Amino acid sequence: MSTPETTAPEPIAPDAGTAADRPLLRVRDLTVSFTTATGDVDVVKRLGFDLPRGGALGIVGESGSGKSMTSLAIMDLLPKGAKRTGSIELDGTELTGLRERQMQAVRGDRIAMVFQDPLSSLNPYYTVGTQIAEAYRAHRTGVTRRQARRIAIEAMERVHIQDAARRVDHYPHQFSGGMRQRVMIAMTLSMEPDLIIADEPTTALDVTVQAQILDLLAEIRRDTGAGLILITHDLAVVSEVADQIIVMRGGDLVEQGTAERIFCDPQADYTRMLLDAVPRIDDEIGQLRTITTEEDR
Amino acid sequence: MIRFLANRLLGMAVVLFLVCLFTYVIFFVLSPDPAVQICGKNCDPEAIDRIRANLGLDQPFWTQFWTFLSGLFAGRTYGTGANAIECAAPCLGYSFQTSQPVTDMILQRLPVSATVAVGAAVLWLLAGVSAGLVSAVKEGKFADRFITGLTLTGMSVPNYVLALLLQFLLVVTLGWLPFPQAVPFGEDPGRWFLNFLMPWIVLSIGAAAVYTRLTRANVIETLQENYVRTARAKGLSPGLVWRRHALRPALTPIVTIFGMDFAGLLGGALITETVFGLNGVGKLASDSITKNDQPVIMGVTLLAAFLVVVGNMVVDLLYTAIDPRVRVGSAT
Repeated sequence: MSTPETTAPEPIAPDAGTAADRPLLRVRDLTVSFTTATGDVDVVKRLGFDLPRGGALGIVGESGSGKSMTSLAIMDLLPKGAKRTGSIELDGTELTGLRERQMQAVRGDRIAMVFQDPLSSLNPYYTVGTQIAEAYRAHRTGVTRRQARRIAIEAMERVHIQDAARRVDHYPHQFSGGMRQRVMIAMTLSMEPDLIIADEPTTALDVTVQAQILDLLAEIRRDTGAGLILITHDLAVVSEVADQIIVMRGGDLVEQGTAERIFCDPQADYTRMLLDAVPRIDDEIGQLRTITTEEDR
Repeated sequence: MIRFLANRLLGMAVVLFLVCLFTYVIFFVLSPDPAVQICGKNCDPEAIDRIRANLGLDQPFWTQFWTFLSGLFAGRTYGTGANAIECAAPCLGYSFQTSQPVTDMILQRLPVSATVAVGAAVLWLLAGVSAGLVSAVKEGKFADRFITGLTLTGMSVPNYVLALLLQFLLVVTLGWLPFPQAVPFGEDPGRWFLNFLMPWIVLSIGAAAVYTRLTRANVIETLQENYVRTARAKGLSPGLVWRRHALRPALTPIVTIFGMDFAGLLGGALITETVFGLNGVGKLASDSITKNDQPVIMGVTLLAAFLVVVGNMVVDLLYTAIDPRVRVGSAT
């Protein structure tokens, strides 16, 4: 297997520079490890990448590749017992040194996150309106009930939920899966974040709804100019949205490049296998190809 | 909603009917002949037969059961003529040993049991939930282990041991509390309070231990929920995440078990009331068992069953108010 690349290759702006050409997100040497009985286990190993302002980055990998841990590390929401080292700069501000209170000001306001399973990610006890306006109320002082409600309705309209003024008072269980994910996305919108991280946003949804949600993410990115990190195991999903792609495996960065290059001219063996593993409708294959490398044998 | 209510009420009626039936069967089959008891010593078979006819004991089972049931709703009359005894509805039976309707006996003692139950419930709810919260926040730390140790002790010590121990310690050895004596509230509220303090503590400790464990487990589990992570991702402060997203889901199940525990306790705390000499329904039950006063035992049993069934119903209704998933159905 190829050695992990610790510095970000390919199209990268020089480190220093003015605010304009500074990347929105700059990650260097990000390592996430868990302490276990048999010693430390690194689930993300010295990962580095840049996300330009308004760019869309896809992080692809199988389960256990460390892609979700990367997103949680950026948000500083890693599970108990996880350790994070390295550097994460948002618009020139180093996030790893921030205290919890300062990080709270970043979460929801500058970086917002959409999670995988929209039903369990929404609190069943509160109306979607309450939960959508919650971030706004947390980051602004003196928000009245009426304002919060208006903010929620607006956000729901932006994600194309019909009849938002009535639906705002409904509870998560009264929505379908796709609508719930729209609610999750609406939650990220009220604060106009610079960066939206979507962690497997379509995995729990059926295929037609997946396409709608991806369209919605692309639309929001276009309208707000927010950067997007899309984490997924599904190559079809990244191909639709991302312009830059990172392929991860076992915590290592395997390959990085523009979406076009990764799909047309993959360099790493693993990426090639990943692409081959996707069954094609015009292909005649008896058995689906699986991914095997030296490690697995 | 109305349909839901009607369904629950119907279910409740069926359960209560079955409880009545089973209780009646048990006492009908197992009890010694009441007529023999009433007749007393030096009694000839004819006298017994007379009493049986008088009380309707010579009737077939279903007729007797029907008389009993209708007595609950319409009252009934024992015997005929000059010796007739009126038993007003709801007639739970008549105690021939004390010459009193069972309903009256229970009603006289219900306030004491209610006082014991309410006080204990307040105590165990406060102590249990707050200890559980502390334990959950300090998970794995000393405070958590200490509280867990206490709950294990609290759950394993039987009520009667605790009651005697407390009495010995607080009253006899330390003299902090006066010897328990029944004093009406209006006469001396302070003394009244001190009188009930020990029963409250004794009754609440076991339940408080259970509630501590339950609260701890619920809170720790809720904190693992995805929606708690979502709340944090929105930038809410830890306090807000706790109050809004962790506590409510964690404490809702407590309502269920509390309703049932409390209802069960209203029907009398047999051991505690007996040890502390409190004239409640539990004491009545234990006295009646000693004296083999069947109608009273049966009445108390029915009351307890009734309270548990009603408590359950109240919990269900509360749940619809608390949990939106129960209150409003799916709309999509």
